[in-house]
Amino acid sequence: MGNKQTIFTDEQLDAYQDCTFFTRKEILRLHSRYHELAPHLVPMDYTNDPDCKLPLALIVNMPELNENPFRNRIVESFSEDGMGNLSFNEFVDMFSVLSEMAPRELKAIYAFKIYDFNVDNYLCKEDLVKTLNRLTKEELTPEEVVLVCEKAIEEADLDGDNKLSYADFENMITRAPDFLSTFHIRI
Amino acid sequence: MEVDSVFYTDHSGRISSNPLLDQLPSYQSLLYRRKSSTAGTKRRSSSRGRIGSSGSGKWGVGTISRREEKQKSQTEERPIRELPRTMAEKRRDNTQRLEEDRELSSLKQLEHSTRRHLRRLRDDVHQWLGSLKLWRGDIHVIEGMFGTGILSYFSFLRFLVMLNLIIFVLMFSFVMLPIIIAPSVSGNITYNLNLGSECSAYPSSTRRGLVIFHQHITDLLSGGGFLEQTYLFYGYYRADKIHFSNSTYNLPLAYLLVTIAYLFFSLIWIVKRSAAGFKRNLVQDEDRFQSFCNKIFAGWDFCITNENAVRLKRSSLLYELRTDLEEERIKQKIADRTRKERCRIYLIRLILNLFVIGVLMGCFYSIYRATIFSQEVQMATKKDNFIMDLICEYLPSIVITLANFITPLLFSAIINYEDYSPAFEIRFTLMRCVFMRLTSIGVLLFSLWSQITKCGNEPCLCGYNHVLYPCWETRIGQEMYKLTIFDFIIIFAVTVFVEFPRKLIVQHCDCGLAKWFGQQEFAIPQNVLEIVYGQTICWIGTFYSPMLPAICTMKYFFIFYIKKVSLMNNCRPATRPFRASSSNFFFLVVLLIGLALACLPVSFSVAQINSSQACGPFVNYTTSWEVLPNTVSELPHGIKTLLFALSSEAFAVSFFVVTCLIMFYVIALAGAHKRVINQLREQLVVEGRDKRFLIQKLCQAQRLSAIKSPGSKSQPRSPSYHTSFSNNFNESVFLAHSPPDSSTHV
Repeated sequence: MGNKQTIFTDEQLDAYQDCTFFTRKEILRLHSRYHELAPHLVPMDYTNDPDCKLPLALIVNMPELNENPFRNRIVESFSEDGMGNLSFNEFVDMFSVLSEMAPRELKAIYAFKIYDFNVDNYLCKEDLVKTLNRLTKEELTPEEVVLVCEKAIEEADLDGDNKLSYADFENMITRAPDFLSTFHIRI
Repeated sequence: MEVDSVFYTDHSGRISSNPLLDQLPSYQSLLYRRKSSTAGTKRRSSSRGRIGSSGSGKWGVGTISRREEKQKSQTEERPIRELPRTMAEKRRDNTQRLEEDRELSSLKQLEHSTRRHLRRLRDDVHQWLGSLKLWRGDIHVIEGMFGTGILSYFSFLRFLVMLNLIIFVLMFSFVMLPIIIAPSVSGNITYNLNLGSECSAYPSSTRRGLVIFHQHITDLLSGGGFLEQTYLFYGYYRADKIHFSNSTYNLPLAYLLVTIAYLFFSLIWIVKRSAAGFKRNLVQDEDRFQSFCNKIFAGWDFCITNENAVRLKRSSLLYELRTDLEEERIKQKIADRTRKERCRIYLIRLILNLFVIGVLMGCFYSIYRATIFSQEVQMATKKDNFIMDLICEYLPSIVITLANFITPLLFSAIINYEDYSPAFEIRFTLMRCVFMRLTSIGVLLFSLWSQITKCGNEPCLCGYNHVLYPCWETRIGQEMYKLTIFDFIIIFAVTVFVEFPRKLIVQHCDCGLAKWFGQQEFAIPQNVLEIVYGQTICWIGTFYSPMLPAICTMKYFFIFYIKKVSLMNNCRPATRPFRASSSNFFFLVVLLIGLALACLPVSFSVAQINSSQACGPFVNYTTSWEVLPNTVSELPHGIKTLLFALSSEAFAVSFFVVTCLIMFYVIALAGAHKRVINQLREQLVVEGRDKRFLIQKLCQAQRLSAIKSPGSKSQPRSPSYHTSFSNNFNESVFLAHSPPDSSTHV
């Protein structure tokens, strides 16, 4: 039923529906959004899985991401090369994880990656300072920043190494009541 | 590039190494939850059997393969979309699962495919239901502009619209519909007997003769005149029984049962909606536990797309962080207080609380007097001036609204002197305002009751003052109707005549007064109290005015658009942010308080006050409640004994005891769980320290053995292990054996 579309084969749409939290209609809509970003680069026919990646700069200009202080980190976390170039698969994956229906554990994993600026699998003090500065656009005084980061690490650090491993982060985020409602982008 | 780093390859090329940690079972299990690195395309198709290639070959292969099996089966059970892998891997896994399915028996295949189809069907249905939701687009826009705190207010409004609509549908289908369709399905309506006694005299209130236009408006706004004898009010429902072709419909019983039903239904729906928030609130055992972490990692609304909103969100986050730091400081200050200071503070608090109680008493007394005055004026038949008339009719509403306007300002001014911590200040002021709002309705009803049951100096002939109030339920319905209408008029008038000019003044006039005033803030708590107040009136008034829910539905419908326009154009969000998670719970708690308050007058009047003899469905009964025992006595013997047993004292007492036992058990269970959580958390800390200690010792030991035997060359590690324990271990520590040729190497 529905319109005859030639962008994806039926198997591809089924696979997408199984691998993301989107329905067929939403996936087609996502494809048109992806196409809009660079109409001359993105082919309309995805039946043979073309290898097309859009650069970070284009994706970060989307209205949903434009005002987000972590937009670069978000796109980098979902790109395979770590530089922010997203193929359509990764594009869909990104919005699927950030959608309302993704479970908390999945979101926690990617949130950890996003906040880990120096990609060392730990949220150390520098990561936290960077996060805080991005959030407040450096309007807190340096002493306040240091104080807040120290308090945050104090609250969440379980194994006493003065930085947050993924286990610490996950334990903390399951008890953060706002996480599910704020960590989502509607597209 | 070696295959199995957990996160990205480090672009700085830093070699950090502690392969010992890679071998730890806890690290291995984390691998299954991580996305793999860039070399995905080179890997073999099944990405599930990955183990760290740090040479688990010789070291407990057996355990590892067993664990691999267990984890394999675990990942197999979870739907693919919940696994944290790249899209390419997920699709590969998907095709693999489908291929594997083909090898299974046909029964299993069927099972898997039905599960898949059901899941897809469920997603489609969810999406379709979501698209049906009222105001989806508007709420999306509001969310993008103002974040989730204000969004919760608007979704609360939407919830109330749906609730009122369903209450109206209940009332309509069980009370009004039978009366309306009776003539068309040849039903025979028997009306209440007019015994001709003194109590059943009901003078008609419709105006006769030449009616001036403005009197119609007075009637419309006050529910009197031509509106009094309509479906709008209780008094019109005089039908006793409706005889259809093969059954009899007992209207008084239906009326009573629908009242109980809608109160019960509201309770269940609100409790169900607040269950999630309540669970979350229980988990947060401390007040401000993790508030810093929560703000840093979960503080930014990723939905915000509007530039202004971003600026506001940033400033509110700043404000929150600064408030938290301030609160830490104040906590310290409170702990440092001397005894003398504490006495002084307590004395000040006592005086101020007495002052607050005095103010509240004053307000309640003025509401009481206003109600009595208004009732007396309405009784006087001479009605001359149109405007004065209306003002006297609406006097209780005006006094209540004034009191509810002044008291919050007073409370927020007083709280500054009471020297509480900021979080407690907000909550305490809010509690006082809630108390004020909801109790004012109670005072109004109390003053009405005192008028209705007072008959001069002797006891009332009919149980109520039949001279002044031949149909007292309709009169109460009219008061509730007036309150509702006035509430709506005030909200509309404040938006148009106060907020809009304020915004114009602030925008165009540059004087200091305008700057001090500032633009109107959209204060969520006050707005929520407003609509909870309206909803409480609706719950109380539905028994006396069955069409009131419909009026309230339309009222909230229009309030949505008024508030939305006001928010977009006139207001800026409050600098004091309201967290979405706690706000949902707060709204529903206040609504529950309103519901509890609404049940009291309704149950009191149903059970205690004699129903009017002149109008309404309960003419043949002393009190409205009596219809239920009468019906029960006409039931067959078996059901009757069962119902009597259920309502006997023995059953009630034992039910109460059992409920108490269950409650104590659950409370004990919750306490035990909390203790276990604390113990586990301590254990985690201790284990972490143990781990680091042991690793240090091991490294020391290996260093010593390396020094002792300088000839043995340890193989250099390929730069693929990127753990960040490099800070602690500045020399590479290598295992004593070479990496095995495991199949994970390409």
